Amino acid sequence: MKKNKILSLAIVAALSASLVACGNSSSGSSVAEGTDEIKAANSGEVIELTNVSYDPTRELYAAYNEVFAKHYQEEFGQTVEVTQSHGGSGKQALEVANGLEADVVTLALEGDVQVVADAGLIDDGFTSEFDLDSSPYTSTIVFLVRSGNPKNIYDWNDLIREDVGVITPNPKTSGGAMWNYLAAWYYFEQQGQSEDEILDSIKKLYANVVVLDSGARGATTSFVENKQGDVLIAWENEAFLSLQEYPGEYEIVVPSVSILCQPTVAVVDEVAAKHGTADVAKEYLSYLYSDEAQEIEAKNFYRPSTKAIYDKYVFSSDSNTITEVPADGKWINDNVNLTDINHFGGWAEARATHFADGANFDSIYEQ
Amino acid sequence: MKSRRSVIPGFGISMGITITILSIVVLIPLCSLVVFSAKLSFSEFVYTVTRPRILSGYFVSISTAFIASVINVFMGLILAWILVRYDFKGKRFIDGIIELPFALPTAVAGISLTHLTTTNGWVGQIFYNLFGIKIAYTRIGITVALVFIGIPFVVRSVQPVLEKIDIQYEEAAFILGADAKTTFRRVIFPEILPAIISGFTLAFARSIGEYGSVVFIAGNTPYETEIAPLLIMSELQEYDYSAATSIALVMLLIAIVILSINALAQSIVSKRVNGKA
Amino acid sequence: MNLRRENKVLKYTLITISFIFLGVFLILPLIYIVITALKDGIAGYINAVSDEYAIKAALLTIEATVIAVIVNTIFGIAAAWLITKYAFKGKKVLSTFIDLPVTVSPIIAGLIYVLTFGRQSSLYPILDSYGIQIIFAVPGIVLATIFVTFPFISRELIPVLTAQGTDEEEAAAIMGAGTATIFRKVTFPHIKWALLYGIVLCTARAMGEFGAVSVLSGHLRGKTNTLPLYIELLYQGYDFTGAFAASSILVVLAIVVLILRLVIEKRGQKELDLNK
Repeated sequence: MKKNKILSLAIVAALSASLVACGNSSSGSSVAEGTDEIKAANSGEVIELTNVSYDPTRELYAAYNEVFAKHYQEEFGQTVEVTQSHGGSGKQALEVANGLEADVVTLALEGDVQVVADAGLIDDGFTSEFDLDSSPYTSTIVFLVRSGNPKNIYDWNDLIREDVGVITPNPKTSGGAMWNYLAAWYYFEQQGQSEDEILDSIKKLYANVVVLDSGARGATTSFVENKQGDVLIAWENEAFLSLQEYPGEYEIVVPSVSILCQPTVAVVDEVAAKHGTADVAKEYLSYLYSDEAQEIEAKNFYRPSTKAIYDKYVFSSDSNTITEVPADGKWINDNVNLTDINHFGGWAEARATHFADGANFDSIYEQ
Repeated sequence: MKSRRSVIPGFGISMGITITILSIVVLIPLCSLVVFSAKLSFSEFVYTVTRPRILSGYFVSISTAFIASVINVFMGLILAWILVRYDFKGKRFIDGIIELPFALPTAVAGISLTHLTTTNGWVGQIFYNLFGIKIAYTRIGITVALVFIGIPFVVRSVQPVLEKIDIQYEEAAFILGADAKTTFRRVIFPEILPAIISGFTLAFARSIGEYGSVVFIAGNTPYETEIAPLLIMSELQEYDYSAATSIALVMLLIAIVILSINALAQSIVSKRVNGKA
Repeated sequence: MNLRRENKVLKYTLITISFIFLGVFLILPLIYIVITALKDGIAGYINAVSDEYAIKAALLTIEATVIAVIVNTIFGIAAAWLITKYAFKGKKVLSTFIDLPVTVSPIIAGLIYVLTFGRQSSLYPILDSYGIQIIFAVPGIVLATIFVTFPFISRELIPVLTAQGTDEEEAAAIMGAGTATIFRKVTFPHIKWALLYGIVLCTARAMGEFGAVSVLSGHLRGKTNTLPLYIELLYQGYDFTGAFAASSILVVLAIVVLILRLVIEKRGQKELDLNK
């Protein structure tokens, strides 16, 4: 019996050791991967950077990471490899707050970056760390309808008609969906409706929602691939991507009123300090404001923040229906009244009023 | 040592391994779930898990899982029956693919089932055009996904038991004048009932918690097609850990209750069968 | 005679129902996956499955599966032996806990590890000071995979060992055999096939796990993206062909595993017949 006890103790110890070893091996393997890359690099050291971003930016950062690696190689003589992670903005923020080791976050809205800051990972004042509230590019909310606009959808009040099926993601789980909701709210407010009337209109709008996906990409897939609903409320960049991927099948309708969406970027200070990547991380985000990067953003249908480049891409026609990506690449429609998050008192207040448990969004689903 | 002495050596080592792995993989993590939801006071906890939207999430999950499991009991019984009792072409093939839902990633299953059952999918358009029934993005769609997930449980519980039933009993019953129906009801059914119950409860419990395949096909409309696991995800994205863990805890309790009902049913049934014999 | 005829009608009705049911629920999705995967032709397919990230994801999936199967095999044998060979207090509770993971939602499975090893956990500073990262890294993925397949092997072994009883082991023990000898010479031959079957099931399920892994992977492309997560990523990136092509890798793996299962079962059956 005694022998067995000792044996079982030994096994317990061995198992715990293997778990620890398992933990080490994963960090060890990334080091090993790094050494492989060294041969390829000109000057020796490969810097690894992790960028945790939201759903629709896959194409943007795939292109930007190449440009940035080239820039950094030329400027500082070092090779940078960026690992991307994409997902719903809120979920991504939460994972970083929980220990996902991101050097930088590039999320859909300031509120999500705030969550990471609240976890003590980002120093205060991140919105003033980079220009323009740390939003190197912006976007807005538009409608995507099927070719020929068979349901005659032109503005937000068409979305509450009984014969219209709407696709938008769930604001409780998707950053983009919060912007959609706030843009709709602003429209009805502009119509002079009282708060109760606005709530009622919003309620009608969400009663028309056919599929309430958990993220922006999921919603686009439901509309485009699974052919659900008559109109998709979408990020402008998502809508243009659909026009590009499925030429002739969809049209973009720009509503009279929308919202200026400011995706926010930040260095995750604590992680960057731990990895020794603070300088690269900062350079990575500031280079998003360079002319070269701004061009890439514009080409991926994000509104650049540099005025000169923005102007270069402004749409010449004043039509609010866009049937194809303009051949000359000028796609920005300026003919829209944009509000912004400050109108709603900033993200903390907007969240408390509209999206928290039991707040406005929940109330419209109460029976 | 608590154990009654057994002459077979190795109690310590097997107990050691079992308890260690069980603790690391299951017990300690489950404890942290309890610890986290304990951050709420009891009344807060009750409020959190009984909000109308959450209740409707449980209802959607439980009702669709129940219907799917009932369908699975019928189909599982038929499948097990033909696999054990009949010889036909393609039998081995059918036997082989029963476990496919285990092996196919739930997300892949969800994506392909959704594509097949939307109103313009291969199957979906037939139902939509002929009967006006929508499958994807309704509770029917959720049920379809759960039938897919649960089918191996019933077949694989019933099949081995059915194999063991001696055909002589049936022959005896037939000679004694019982027709096929009576034979099934009086001779075979009582034998396989424990297996049916355990297949049902496993399929049921697994379906209630299913996420990967259901999110794609569900449509996720609150009060309509929003399942409980999605609500946990949504609370997490709201950064509300205590709410998420509270809902998770309730679902865990449901799972434990289902398993216990199964254990209870097994012992009652086996007592009854033994008593009769 | 009457019974026979009735049976024939019943037989073909039941077989037809089964074929239709399985055809719609299991075969059609498979056909759909294959057709979509080949939409862009063979070249497109090869391109998609030989993508650098697809290969990395496949390797990670295999790594997690292998570790999970090894751990669960050790655990399964120990637990099944413990439960069937000894009488002790708390046995019922123990077996309920072993079965529990199958019925726990994958989301909860992921969540509990986030709570245990995440930054808000009191374990985190200790692990962090040793540079160990569990969640959003490979160990977390492995743990989640072990969790979802936890009872698969012990569940296969317990019925076999129960049926076998303890007489043989007792006899061997009285004759002075040690634990290892008893297991190798007496018990193992009985459970060989059940064990293999359990391993096959465990492998199949481990490869495809999505929900639990999704919660704690962090989705780092090329680092913590398993094959099922990679499929979701492609699917959401409008790359449907790529997504279904990657899915077909898993479908093929699944079919290989299921064929293995049939082979194992057949050989096990043969051996059983010989013993009789």
